[in-house]
Amino acid sequence: MTEKLLEVKDLRVQFPTVDGIVKAVDGVSFSLDPGERLGVVGESGSGKSVTFLAVMGLLDRKAANVTGQILFRGQDLLKLRPDEFRRIRGSEIGMVFQDPMSSLHPLYKVGKQIAEAIQAHEDVTAKDAFTRAIDMLDRVGIPRPEDRAKQYPHEFSGGMRQRAMIAMGLCLSPDLLIADEPTTALDVTVQAQILDLIDRMRDEFQTAVIMITHDLGVVAEHTDRVQVMYAGKIVEAGTIDHIYHGAHHPYTWGLMQSISRLDEEQERLKPIKGAPPSLIFVPSGCSFHPRCPYVMDVCKTEVPPLEEEEYGHASACHLTLEEKKRIFASQVEVRT
Amino acid sequence: MSVEVREDAPIQPAPSRKPLVQLIGVKKYFPVTHGVIFQKKVGFVHAVDGIDLSIYPGETVGLVGETGCGKSTTARLIMKLMDVTDGQILFDGKDITKLSRRGMRPVRKDMQMVFQDPYASLNPRKTVGSIVGEPMRIHKTVPKQKIKGEVQELMRLVGLNPEHYNRFPHEFSGGQRQRIGVARALALRPRLIVADEPVSALDVSVQAQVLNLLEDLQEEFNLTYLFIAHDLAVVKHMSDRVSVMYLGKIVESADGETLYRDPKHPYSGALLTAVPIPDPRMKRERIILQGDVPSPINPPSGCRFHPRCPRTREIAEREGLGRVHPRCRDEEPELLPHHPGQVAACHFPLEDRSSAQKKK
Repeated sequence: MTEKLLEVKDLRVQFPTVDGIVKAVDGVSFSLDPGERLGVVGESGSGKSVTFLAVMGLLDRKAANVTGQILFRGQDLLKLRPDEFRRIRGSEIGMVFQDPMSSLHPLYKVGKQIAEAIQAHEDVTAKDAFTRAIDMLDRVGIPRPEDRAKQYPHEFSGGMRQRAMIAMGLCLSPDLLIADEPTTALDVTVQAQILDLIDRMRDEFQTAVIMITHDLGVVAEHTDRVQVMYAGKIVEAGTIDHIYHGAHHPYTWGLMQSISRLDEEQERLKPIKGAPPSLIFVPSGCSFHPRCPYVMDVCKTEVPPLEEEEYGHASACHLTLEEKKRIFASQVEVRT
Repeated sequence: MSVEVREDAPIQPAPSRKPLVQLIGVKKYFPVTHGVIFQKKVGFVHAVDGIDLSIYPGETVGLVGETGCGKSTTARLIMKLMDVTDGQILFDGKDITKLSRRGMRPVRKDMQMVFQDPYASLNPRKTVGSIVGEPMRIHKTVPKQKIKGEVQELMRLVGLNPEHYNRFPHEFSGGQRQRIGVARALALRPRLIVADEPVSALDVSVQAQVLNLLEDLQEEFNLTYLFIAHDLAVVKHMSDRVSVMYLGKIVESADGETLYRDPKHPYSGALLTAVPIPDPRMKRERIILQGDVPSPINPPSGCRFHPRCPRTREIAEREGLGRVHPRCRDEEPELLPHHPGQVAACHFPLEDRSSAQKKK
């Protein structure tokens, strides 16, 4: 068995506020193999971003109570001092965020910003770092990288900025790249370019990729495994084939039925009723029960555990496996 | 004088069906200025550059394209939130291009807009009741005492609890806010609703709720929609006809099914294959466009898409003419018919995909 690259055990993140405790992440456990591509799907407030902010050590330790374990190559990141964490972040865990405009510094030249990241981790001269920055810009497909490196972020288009962010995220060849909605702000044509780039970079650098998104299409085409999050918990996890051709959780079904699809003729969409819950007053039992069309009495009182039902496929729902299979086949699956 | 009816006369659309909105050669240029005091005009952004579009009563026309292609400007021109630089906009047969603010007022009753951002488009200091009731107060369509009842009826209609009449926008979720926006747009019982990215700020599960609501309302009030979005799947789902815009021009129009099955313009083709399909077993050939949309200040000559077009390159290279076919570079293509109801502006339209599939 290969060693896990990342292992998260019972991660909880709570933010105390005047209104009560916000349970943003509520007992999340998962693991990631080296070079694997994991998709994380959920709506706003599902805890998907906060989970990975914790992994990257970017949560304010004063504002957030983080408990559990985040083992990166066996080392618990939550026990690290901030300066120790800084050595790992960037060099071993790279990051790409949603909004490339606000994640680049507007007053520094793009090449300089990438070079700075290199210099922060390696003992190289400014000149060498800058040359490497140009090389990285070239590899992410930015034309005339020598000139572009000397420009400011506002001189770049949205897609170019996101390429520069990927160059920065990968310039120290990290083992893990966390991309939080990397293409949400971009047009579909540019999105295709960027996702294609992330795939090529993964092949080149053998980087594991965690793709956080709400787009089920992006996950289907660019990841190997998916975990679906709802109200701070993982409700379903499995390979993309498990999820798209045999999902077990009513929330996943709801997501799949509520998207408009280009490849299908749909008479009418079937939305999930209601809205995601407040994370202060999470519903009792299964937090999805008020919106679930298959709700039973047990759902209102008992939290369903995330259990592996088939090899590599787990879901947190009280329905029996036969019922899940029957419902998926009769109501959810898209037949072509 | 008798009228001869010829057998081979082209089939015309039924004459009784007159477009509700018609755009004829509409252009909108924004000046680019230089200097602070003496603002010298140094050029123009060709935001919308000569488009023709007809929207018939009761139908939904979708407008898609990348950022900066002019789709939102088109919406604003139809709503007359800006004046056109050139061309004509007819609403119900009447030219509204030159109307004054006062002259526009009675027309405004018939056209309303739903905006993208439900957080920015509702006044945070006003209650839902006064937001939804304001159009009625301004246009005096409902006597004052009856406004409250009417607003509550509207709230019920869009799926809001009428008891929340006195609540403020911040007390609602994103999806509910968008319902408030829809209720406000409906307040004057308009004939046309222009929806500019109405669901792109919402979560997937809530998007579907709002889309279904828009469909129900269309049926109930016989509404006509201009539906603008960058999400092609949403546009295809909602629209009877879809127009694809690129750099201020319509490059292709067709019904959603035809457009998806058999795009003729290489840009539509690329746009469609760029959308990821939520099915891991489906493997498609993807056309990835290189580069970004060129600047609309100096749009490329000939066909505006030629610098990024994979098709012109393929043909030019096959014929040994370099990387761009000279026709694409020099000659602007016209919108020509293909399948019934489908027009595309391309010198070398894509081959029929459906017939190619049938051969298999």
